[in-house]
Amino acid sequence: MDIEVAKNIAMAVAVGFGMLGPGIGIGLIVSKAVEAIGRNPEATGKIQATMFIGVAFTEALAIFALVIAFIIKFI
Amino acid sequence: MHEIHISLGSEKLGTFLGLPITNTLLMTLLGTATLFLIIFLSRNVSLLPNKFQVFMELLIGGIFNFVKETLESVSLAKKYFPLIATLFLSIVVANLIHFLPGVHSILFLTNEGKEVALLRGATSDLNVTLALALISFVSIELAGVYALGFSYAKKFVNLDSFLGFVIGIIDLFSEAARLISFSFRLFGNIFAGEVVIAIIVAFIPVIAPVPMMGFEFFVGIIQAAIFALLTLFFIKSAVTPHH
Repeated sequence: MDIEVAKNIAMAVAVGFGMLGPGIGIGLIVSKAVEAIGRNPEATGKIQATMFIGVAFTEALAIFALVIAFIIKFI
Repeated sequence: MHEIHISLGSEKLGTFLGLPITNTLLMTLLGTATLFLIIFLSRNVSLLPNKFQVFMELLIGGIFNFVKETLESVSLAKKYFPLIATLFLSIVVANLIHFLPGVHSILFLTNEGKEVALLRGATSDLNVTLALALISFVSIELAGVYALGFSYAKKFVNLDSFLGFVIGIIDLFSEAARLISFSFRLFGNIFAGEVVIAIIVAFIPVIAPVPMMGFEFFVGIIQAAIFALLTLFFIKSAVTPHH
């Protein structure tokens, strides 16, 4: 296999699999947060703050996958 | 079908006093000009507000109330509100003006004989988002040092117990990783949107890109809000004493 072709495939695989876990994770976080807001609407602000921090940490993993993909492709 | 043109970085248009001028730099300056225009328009404050003044008052007041509720203190809110609001407004303006007609479509012939787009979305350049991430990262650390003094370091170097030490080191790494996640989150979202629109335009040039552009408009506002919100939440966790 040509090295360029291999790099393109590796980039696609890295992003594709890297996004799987964080996708499920963010879904779980947001579903629980919405459930909590439904139970206790007065605490919306605090729940949202915690939710956003959780989403940011989970999303960071997906972003690492993206960074790795760029590294494979361009370095 | 014409060829899809996608470039990861910004393109150089020429040099000014030896400094390279890129298309995203022009866009950033255009965004700054838009913000100054908004300041100029909202200068005439009247007791009987018009629609524009009501909108600006709701926006600025809303951001201030949110910062106050999150930081749970008026003096802290007054200190950090300008930073949060500036980050939000500059990113939202940069994200929204790239839907103006002419961006990406007006071409410029450089001295090297290459045809490049004269304007390109400011936040679709990693340099811009990295600069914003650096601003927010440095402000978060300074906020922590300013509020807690020397004991801020105890969050990262904790010699009380072995477990505390390991957790401190992990915290230190996740603190540094914020720089990457902040910059790549904004860059990735906006750049991905641009690529998707470019591909749709290449396949079906009329009507089909409109819903996608509407969605990207929404993503631009959301990403600006997330950037400002995360800065706010990290400032909040930095100024809270460790226990």
